[in-house]
Amino acid sequence: MFYREAGQFKASYQNDQQIFPIRQDQIGFIALMGFLFLVVPFIANQYWLQAVLIPVLIFGLAALGLNILTGYAGQLSLGSAAFMAVGAFGTYNFMLRIDGIPFLVALLLGGLCAAAIGILFGLPSLRIKGFYLAVATLAAQFFIVWVLVKFGWFSNYSSSGVITAQHVNILGVDFRSPEMKYLLTLTVVVVMALLAKNMVRSSTGRKWMAVRDMDVAAEVIGIRLMRTKLQAFAISSFYCGVAGALYAYMYLGTVEPEGFNLDMSFRILFMIIIGGVGSIMGSFIGAAFIVLLPVFLNVAFHSTIGAYVPADLASNLELIIFGALIIFFLIVEPHGLARLWQLTKEKLRLWPFPH
Amino acid sequence: MAREFGDVIIDLQNISLRFGGVKALTDISFNVREHEIRAIIGPNGAGKSSMLNVINGVYHPQEGKIIFHGQERQKMEPYEAASQGIARTFQNIALFKGMTVLDNIMTGRNLMMKTNFLHHALFWGKAQREEIEHRKKVEEVIEFLEIQSIRKTPVGRLPYGLQKRVELARALAAEPNLLLLDEPMAGMNVEEKQDMCRFILDVNDQFGTTIVLIEHDMGVVMDISDRVVVLDYGKKIGDGPPDEVKNDPKVIDAYLGTSH
Repeated sequence: MFYREAGQFKASYQNDQQIFPIRQDQIGFIALMGFLFLVVPFIANQYWLQAVLIPVLIFGLAALGLNILTGYAGQLSLGSAAFMAVGAFGTYNFMLRIDGIPFLVALLLGGLCAAAIGILFGLPSLRIKGFYLAVATLAAQFFIVWVLVKFGWFSNYSSSGVITAQHVNILGVDFRSPEMKYLLTLTVVVVMALLAKNMVRSSTGRKWMAVRDMDVAAEVIGIRLMRTKLQAFAISSFYCGVAGALYAYMYLGTVEPEGFNLDMSFRILFMIIIGGVGSIMGSFIGAAFIVLLPVFLNVAFHSTIGAYVPADLASNLELIIFGALIIFFLIVEPHGLARLWQLTKEKLRLWPFPH
Repeated sequence: MAREFGDVIIDLQNISLRFGGVKALTDISFNVREHEIRAIIGPNGAGKSSMLNVINGVYHPQEGKIIFHGQERQKMEPYEAASQGIARTFQNIALFKGMTVLDNIMTGRNLMMKTNFLHHALFWGKAQREEIEHRKKVEEVIEFLEIQSIRKTPVGRLPYGLQKRVELARALAAEPNLLLLDEPMAGMNVEEKQDMCRFILDVNDQFGTTIVLIEHDMGVVMDISDRVVVLDYGKKIGDGPPDEVKNDPKVIDAYLGTSH
């Protein structure tokens, strides 16, 4: 009843092309941002910030990176975690080796390193598609982690291969407390998500989707496949790289190359499948689902039957339920939770008078 | 109807195309004049679609010359053909299924867009102005083809006839000077066919677009085309105005058949 566009007329193409064409969505978005920026830092405790919100945001950004490549440009990839590793170790080395470099510059450069590596490993996409490409990107996953372990230079010859993120200080403001880390992460993620939204709603995004949906037709109307695919690889890897650097600097503090393993790539892939392939918001919903569900299950188990079953059985049960829920959601809506949200909104526009 | 045509826009000379041992086209020559509607007809497997693919650079013939706008054309890729003003539609609809009608048609204008992804990421300013400017042109095409009501619909949800029309719109959005239509009326009912004929004639008339079309509906072909090429087994067996082709015994034998 409250969510409908009656009376909202678009008098110019500019109005018609807004990110949120419906006023209720605009208000909702502003309210959400206000809540995340102004309210959450004051009400959330350290556990919520450090163990829930920051990882959801960071994985959401990584999922968004993969979604650009897989959801929009249609190129399947299993190397997202490796590109995150490039971003993390790239940023670390820029911070380490260039004296006084601002963190955001190092972050940008780390992301650009990931973009360059992404282009390199995107080259097979010019010849192969689908599952075969996924297998080719596996090479990136294993090769990059191997290089980071093998050559001590990347981890500044630390004996264990673990790097410890330097403290972040921007213009004299120290980002040591969970609240500050949360705010910095949130800012980077929101800005990058908006930039991504702008890209996918303009010519860049249309080219990606054209290549995804029908590459022959795309070529015939003048889209250069090679350039478009490699651009998608570069931008996707850039997003993953920045997410990886945030993962090291804002979330864990210490990371090792093996932390960015295939398991993590798969988790990111699950995030976009559950959240919604080809949806910016879906990336974040999927990340929230995959990161939070195990936490909720754990809490739920402990508060209910935790006292009666052995701990190892409980943790296995959690995994089983987690898997079952993923399957359940995929059956209910194969296009992901974002689609579910979309359908709800479409229904809501007519509710409660569907005619 | 006597119509005036301009110069030869594309001249195909002795084109031969092979896939391994299979000869798709053998020694085919014909030309297309500016502003005419040129039909290619022939039985299934005669090489009609291959011919279009040669014209817009999807296939590269092993032998023969293509003279385009008076210049011999080197081996070219489809995007180069597109940038020289050749647009086409496909026999099996080749729309971008996940995108809306509007986005599909906007994609048709990608070659005229000068901004890059950094402009797009920021959107405000240059990218937005360009987007609006091209949106205006796209709306003209939408109006021309009478598909205003479906502009925000994902193309996957549209019925077949409308999808064909959207595909034509996408090709027109590129403002081509040579438009290749591969069976634009296949699978349509009479009414839809009449609409499509009207659109093709209007495009030809209003925009002066040269059109090469493949079509199996002989009523349509003989009605709207100025000259007809007949292919059979990759060879040219007839070429000329519809009336002439219609009565050519070789063409009747290979394709048209006789009424009993």
